[in-house]
Amino acid sequence: MHSFFSRLNTLFAFTLTVLAVLTIGVFFSTFFEKYQDTVAIGVNKPIVKHMTDFSANRKKNDLGVLQLNLDMNLDHLFDWNVKQLFLYLVAEYMTPTNSLNQVVLWDKIIRRGENARFNLHDIATKYYFWDDGEHLKSNNVTLTLGWNIISNAGRLIHVRANGSTSFVFPDNYATSRSASSKSSGQE
Amino acid sequence: MELFSFVDDLKRMDKRQAIYQILNFGMIISTALMIWKGLMVVTGSESPIVVVLSGSMEPAFFRGDLLLLTNYQEEPIRAGDIVVFRIEGRDIPIVHRVIKVHEKDDGYVKFLTKGDNNQVDDRGLYSPGQLWLEKKDVIGRARGFLPYIGMVTILMNDHPQLKYLVLALLGFFVLIHREN
Repeated sequence: MHSFFSRLNTLFAFTLTVLAVLTIGVFFSTFFEKYQDTVAIGVNKPIVKHMTDFSANRKKNDLGVLQLNLDMNLDHLFDWNVKQLFLYLVAEYMTPTNSLNQVVLWDKIIRRGENARFNLHDIATKYYFWDDGEHLKSNNVTLTLGWNIISNAGRLIHVRANGSTSFVFPDNYATSRSASSKSSGQE
Repeated sequence: MELFSFVDDLKRMDKRQAIYQILNFGMIISTALMIWKGLMVVTGSESPIVVVLSGSMEPAFFRGDLLLLTNYQEEPIRAGDIVVFRIEGRDIPIVHRVIKVHEKDDGYVKFLTKGDNNQVDDRGLYSPGQLWLEKKDVIGRARGFLPYIGMVTILMNDHPQLKYLVLALLGFFVLIHREN
């Protein structure tokens, strides 16, 4: 019981046990947290273009182009078990061919310690808003902001914020290039 | 030397002891297997615990982190979900986030994924000609997260000698150990 190896063995086993118990404790400490909040989303100048989607089926699909306003203050979501917030803005709509469509237009990673307050105005969407088909004209689209809570150890939960907005795309295709708004994204 | 006292124990072991040791060993193996299969049933996933293998989801998940998955068919796949999937024909599971979902009335869903730390979506990773993923490609959705623990698996896969050494040592000590 007192040899060097048995001491080392006991120490090692004890450390592992304590670490395991602590990790499980951290896991359950925020098990029932809701992480809910309200945000403000605005949409400017939505238009629809009809172009060839080279990133997908190489056919002519509808491309939605719009500008976003996002106002939120998410500082209070960072409790002691939150390592990172992954924000994503989802556009949800229906078409005759697909009963449910969801496209992520914008996302952001906020790490612990970074600023979680945003007042973004007239920003371009980060990703292209391609429809799987040609049914964006006159379509009623709902924009919702969601976040994924990444803990130090714990549940990975997805929360949809209160404060979603809807808008309707115009009836006709836009032909001018002046409303194109791309900075980075898919090739 | 105290280290080699087990050699004396070995000599003293009779047939009954030996059978007991072997049964003990068998019990441990079956219990581990039962727990694993039980987890598979409860979560509905063929691989309920996965280790993150790449850095494509940083800074959320790093190489070596552990993910707990569920694969309940009643819960639909939605944009923002973190899914673990396999490309047809390849064994490596990939952990990425769903960025597009298109679902039809009859329940057929197709979706596109992208790693948080990647600039482009996963179409370059899919099979040639494949543009979307389907439900059948998904192993599960990540529901829980534990940091660093999977590093052991990664080390053992990168250095297979380590794996054999650990297994041999474990087997050896279980067979030899006697309650004093």
